[in-house]
Amino acid sequence: MGARTLILAVCVLLLAAVPALATLLGQLYYIDLLRRVMIFAIAAASLNLILGYGGLVSFGHAAYLGVGAYSVGILAFYGVHNGWLQWAVAIAASALVALVIGAISVRTRGIYFIMITLAFTQMLYYLGVSVEEYGGDDGMRLKVKSQFSGLVDLDDPVAFYYLVLALLLVVIYLVHRLVNSRFGMVLRAAKSNEARSRAIGFSPYPYQLVAFVISGAICGLAGALLANQTSYIAPAFMDWTRSGEIMFMVILGGMGTAPGPALGAFALLIVEDLLAGWTQHWQIILGPLLVLCVLFFRRGLAGLLPGGARHG
Amino acid sequence: MRTPVRMLAAVFAAASLVIAPLAAAQQKIKIGFITTLTGPAGIIGKHMKDSVELAMDHLGNKMGGVPVEVIFGDDQFRPDVGVQVTEEMLKKHQVDIMSGIIWSNVMMAVVPVVTGAGKVMVGTNAGASPLAGRACHPQYFSTSWNNDQTPEAMGKYMQEQGINDVYVLAPNYQAGKDMVAGFKRYYKGRIVEEIFTTPGQQDYQAEITQLRAKGPKAAFVFYPGGMGVQFVRQYFQAGLRERIPLYSVFTVDETTLPALKESAIGQWEAKFWSPDLNVPASKRYVADFRKKYGYTPAFYGAQSYDGMMLIDSAVRKNKGSLADTKAVVAAMRKADYDSIRGPFKWNVNQHPIQDFFLLRAEKGGPDGVQMKIQKKVFDDHKDSYYQDCKMAW
Amino acid sequence: MNLILVFEQMLNGLQFGVMLFLMAAGLTLVFGIMNLVNLAHGSLYMVGAYLTVAAVQWTGSYPLGVLLGLIGTLVVGMLVEVIALRTLYERDHLDQVLATFGLILFFNELIAILWGRAALYTSLPTYLQGFIEIIPGSIYPVYRALVIGVGLLVGAVLWYVVAKTRLGMLIRAGASNRIMVAALGVNIRLLYTVVFGFGAALAGLAGLMAGPIYAVQPGMGELILIQVFVVIVIGGIGSIRGAFVGSLIVGMVDTLGRAFLKPLLGAFISPPAAEAAGPALASMLIYLLMALVLAVRPEGLFPAKSG
Repeated sequence: MGARTLILAVCVLLLAAVPALATLLGQLYYIDLLRRVMIFAIAAASLNLILGYGGLVSFGHAAYLGVGAYSVGILAFYGVHNGWLQWAVAIAASALVALVIGAISVRTRGIYFIMITLAFTQMLYYLGVSVEEYGGDDGMRLKVKSQFSGLVDLDDPVAFYYLVLALLLVVIYLVHRLVNSRFGMVLRAAKSNEARSRAIGFSPYPYQLVAFVISGAICGLAGALLANQTSYIAPAFMDWTRSGEIMFMVILGGMGTAPGPALGAFALLIVEDLLAGWTQHWQIILGPLLVLCVLFFRRGLAGLLPGGARHG
Repeated sequence: MRTPVRMLAAVFAAASLVIAPLAAAQQKIKIGFITTLTGPAGIIGKHMKDSVELAMDHLGNKMGGVPVEVIFGDDQFRPDVGVQVTEEMLKKHQVDIMSGIIWSNVMMAVVPVVTGAGKVMVGTNAGASPLAGRACHPQYFSTSWNNDQTPEAMGKYMQEQGINDVYVLAPNYQAGKDMVAGFKRYYKGRIVEEIFTTPGQQDYQAEITQLRAKGPKAAFVFYPGGMGVQFVRQYFQAGLRERIPLYSVFTVDETTLPALKESAIGQWEAKFWSPDLNVPASKRYVADFRKKYGYTPAFYGAQSYDGMMLIDSAVRKNKGSLADTKAVVAAMRKADYDSIRGPFKWNVNQHPIQDFFLLRAEKGGPDGVQMKIQKKVFDDHKDSYYQDCKMAW
Repeated sequence: MNLILVFEQMLNGLQFGVMLFLMAAGLTLVFGIMNLVNLAHGSLYMVGAYLTVAAVQWTGSYPLGVLLGLIGTLVVGMLVEVIALRTLYERDHLDQVLATFGLILFFNELIAILWGRAALYTSLPTYLQGFIEIIPGSIYPVYRALVIGVGLLVGAVLWYVVAKTRLGMLIRAGASNRIMVAALGVNIRLLYTVVFGFGAALAGLAGLMAGPIYAVQPGMGELILIQVFVVIVIGGIGSIRGAFVGSLIVGMVDTLGRAFLKPLLGAFISPPAAEAAGPALASMLIYLLMALVLAVRPEGLFPAKSG
């Protein structure tokens, strides 16, 4: 376990050194790229909570990216630029949407759950497309980024970078604490054997629903960050293939592990960036790569780390 | 196997891979060109990319005597990816100027990034109305049009023909609503019904049945890309082609004609350009394009070719450099080049003032069916938003 | 007149439903028997459409092209099963969703490389271009009527094969206990490959029937795939009967919603509000329907008996 911790610590230190390195080498682009990657890492970490630990295969996580982003955008549209308020609303609105979606979908199992979460995201997508006030499918621009009364200036790429890094670490830690609490034990127990956990007196439904809501709320935060990263909000955030990508990040990195989603987000987005720079037919490489990962790389990147073996 | 040292080595290897392309001393012009190269809309991107490469052939890969490199980027039809690719071009490839972009939403997300970095954006398709009006910017030029202009032309024509009882159909998204609004700005006759369909819808039999039941005198539609192929084909198969004339914008063009062929014959379209436009620069472009690629270019390509020629004029005026943005803007405003439109005029919002034509799909040409210009509908048409643009020239 | 209109729209709904059924049948068959969620089913639909267009061009004969297209899709399906999907049967749905998502990317790009990104030209032989008068005063395109006929025929054949033949018996047995069937000396691997191939051929059939009406272009499968998933979830996954009923319900609801929802809403709320809400609601209708069905019956209308 020592080596594992060491490597993860080095990774974090490397991440923390990126702005300095990028400035030194005159490659400021990598600050933007890695910030975007870390935002998706937060989204993937939120999905990991229910997917990796709860066994709930949500195929609609892009919905909360959209809800979070639109919360920021709509408030800004009405002249509210206070970041605390915007982000609180983003988290609360995503939690609320997750509560509604979860209340119906958590009752279903397996493929039904996959499809119903997908269906709800499609509904939100079409809602976004048809609401004319907020630009419909054209989306809307976020003219002023979230304001934190001088505490952090999101227009400063480096400050924004460190904020996202800090939030990513906090989210990973929170998820880690949560799954190792009594609540998390029930959640994991329900994943491995639902009948048994019912037999010992736990109905998994409320636990799974709460986890679903927390996951949605965290992903909403990622949405608020993405809105600020892009300075633009559009229904395309909720595209169903994006849900698939977030899911793949979790699997690639190693589901049910703390660092997995972050590793997966890094690997996928960087590989995508490299392949897209190389050939316009990059999807013909990425596709089989996905298949191979699923077939032969079951434990994900986190499984490569020493001490990465997990039970269950 | 899983030693920490190995893992660390892998991490560093990955990091060095990312940092590898170091800035090299450059004595050339770099143009960043963003379009959609993947997915079904990739066909539009192909017309644009091929046209940019043809423009480079015509220019001998040089602008004002300086070698040119065009870097292509794929926005995947997503605004956030568009922004990411733009940042990459500006910061990593350190391009001197940006161009391209098909979609309004990607354009509106990208323009502030480009202007914020002090560079110029030459849009070659997206015609978002805010960018023509209140959000216009000295560093944003368009070699295409404003979204509303084309349907305005069709509206004017149908108004002049005294066509009454028109049935209107468009997808239920922003561009669809803009098109209908533009159409109604000039068409004042009776509209039987306005129908907005689900974006990406494949089957229009239900809508066509409703349309037939209402018995309108004509139909006006906006169905770009695959939706257009589906709608026009199904309209033809429903036997309505001869009974109710179909007028459209951005529905039938050289990207969809090869798929439509006979089912498009008789379709009326409005456009600012067509491959048969009688302008020397345009004729050369179309002829060389057909020779090089073996297919007929659509207006998407023509606009992109035009964009490259516009950039070339600015480089020449500035003696082989794009470093001074103010000087670049001043040079571009002169528009001193052979446009595929013929003489080129800017409006104050840096969108072209241009003619619009009525086209009809007819038998003939190298592909079996071709768009033919029937008459000029608008002379020197200005868009409807330029008055909101407060820009000093 | 109004009644004729409603009748025609119901016919349109039936036709759309039948199209969905051709897709849904293969998907639900593969799920019910191999317990495999195949997102790449839409890719096989695309492959069917492309192969048929190519074969019709090559042979110059429509029926021959259709036959070759069907066989081609069957072969492609079996190849995909042997190369990639076979190992996925024992995995959970998550792995299956992801791997087949990867296949979608692969197939879309492969088709784009082979045929380009532009939509392909497709046409019908002249004998399928006309109209028939189903009831007096209402004409209907022959081709769409043919789609309805083929769909209903496929439904009947499927029911017969699964319920009445030895192959169907093996299929049903394999679905409920594969180890036992294998122990009885049946080559279950081959059986699965054959079933997957037929599922693929059904998707190919849907694709080639869609070719002349829809745009044959890369990514054409995804547009219909999500609707098909709605169908099988509503019907109950794994159940052919459920897929049939689900298809007809979704086809009807979607078509009638698009045709009559706006005027209907206009009777209750102000016309501008109906103008705005009608189309938006019409595009969400089938998803709302699915949420409603699942809220009441979490396993769909006709839950398959075996797990």
